[in-house]
Amino acid sequence: MAKMSKSPWVLHYDAASCNGCDIEVLACLTPVYDAERFGVINTGDPKHADIFLITGGINEQCKDVVKQLYDQMPNPKVVVAVGICACSGGVFKETYNILGGADQVVPVDVYVPGCAARPESIIDGIVKAIGILDEKKAALKEGRLDEYEAAHCKKKQQEVEA
Amino acid sequence: MSTRSIVPFGPQHPVLPEPIHLDLVIEDEKIVEAIPSIGFVHRGLESLVNKREFTEYVYVAERICGICSFLHGASYCDAVERVMQIELPGRAKYLRTIWAEMSRIHSHLLWLGLLADAFGFESLFMQAWRIREKVLDMLEASTGGRCIFSVNCVGGVLKDMDASMLKGFVQELDKMEIQVRAMEKTFLSDATVNNRLRGVGILTKQQAHELGATGPFMRASGINRDTRKLGYYAYGDLEFEPIISNDCDSYARCEVRIREIYQSFDLIRQAVAKIPDGDIAVPVKGNPDGESFVRVEQPRGEAVYYLKADGTKFIDRFRVRTPTFANIPAMLETLKGCDYADVPIMVLTIDPCISCTER
Repeated sequence: MAKMSKSPWVLHYDAASCNGCDIEVLACLTPVYDAERFGVINTGDPKHADIFLITGGINEQCKDVVKQLYDQMPNPKVVVAVGICACSGGVFKETYNILGGADQVVPVDVYVPGCAARPESIIDGIVKAIGILDEKKAALKEGRLDEYEAAHCKKKQQEVEA
Repeated sequence: MSTRSIVPFGPQHPVLPEPIHLDLVIEDEKIVEAIPSIGFVHRGLESLVNKREFTEYVYVAERICGICSFLHGASYCDAVERVMQIELPGRAKYLRTIWAEMSRIHSHLLWLGLLADAFGFESLFMQAWRIREKVLDMLEASTGGRCIFSVNCVGGVLKDMDASMLKGFVQELDKMEIQVRAMEKTFLSDATVNNRLRGVGILTKQQAHELGATGPFMRASGINRDTRKLGYYAYGDLEFEPIISNDCDSYARCEVRIREIYQSFDLIRQAVAKIPDGDIAVPVKGNPDGESFVRVEQPRGEAVYYLKADGTKFIDRFRVRTPTFANIPAMLETLKGCDYADVPIMVLTIDPCISCTER
């Protein structure tokens, strides 16, 4: 497990999800799983957020909303695709209205599988995202965030190809 | 005279777990009109009936919505069973009833939490969700899933619950009831909650009738109608009366939903006492050919399913009219004249499920 250097604030947006992953994202923060006790707060404001949780696939209408929310978030920022729909389109992939996963519009750093994604795996994804957030923060300080993102992108592509 | 301005509300808003967009026309702090636009979660999954076999489509039907998933799956199966004239075994009917009522408890507790969150009562929100986790544990123990259960199939159900499990559930529900009763005091008697809910968002009986409201939203306006009274699944054998209130405001909607949780506890107890032994599913042969309509009472109100099959393994047309879709016109009516600060409460008191609405 990555060392927690800060308590991340998360922004959650339901792109075109069935609600299953959304209520599991909330269940992460409420009793039993209770990530809020570590200071993880679900904020409604993109300008306060470190981690962007996207649930559901992307359709024509929510495409711009997701893009806008991502652009409004300050650097460094990490995007987590929660659930199989956000990863690839999932069960709705073949419908006429779904363009695909969240990576169609914004760069995704962590993919959390599952239908609906279980709170344990979502928390796992957030923990992974904190590690990436730290790396990005260090890169930003040294003024090489673009470089880092490009290398990160390439690495992910190689993983996909392999 | 004050000037009018338009404030956009949503699609991304701190109080909304789901995207709906309202253009609020306001004069000072009062809402004059609300213009909705939907379609942010439209996936077009009704079209998938042409790509998935009718026995497989039940898994897609469940994913219409993650909160009312059980009833969507069960109702789709019900629609196919009616076309194919399959009579369900008694035990399957009872099992569906028990799971449907558990889903209702989980959905209403979820809603109570979100309502508390909307008026800024964080600890109450956490309390409601803490109790809800108990139902999710039961659903997980019996079906294997927390949101999507995948336990229905055409001709019955896939999993059985044995006697010891059912007994354990009833004991667990008794414990839960004590917790809900403790929480109810805060929702119904606390002064701060009362101030936010009493007299807010009036929907008269006449308006509810004319605008076609449904579910707890309608019953809180004094209309006595509950689709469960049709007696589908095992509801015909169980004793219950629809819960209504004549206050017509947000407080009444909260009260109706809390009392419906107790009703669901009671229905599960009755069902567990009466459940017959036997098979949980019947084998299905051939393909469906014909049309059917199914009406069920979901946690949010009455849902109508239409299914048309043409004798092939793919269904020709499947259509769902969901309760939130019926409730939106009535919600817009309650928004008129309310304070800007009350908009989140107004939007939440219909218990919006946008994923259902837009599919």
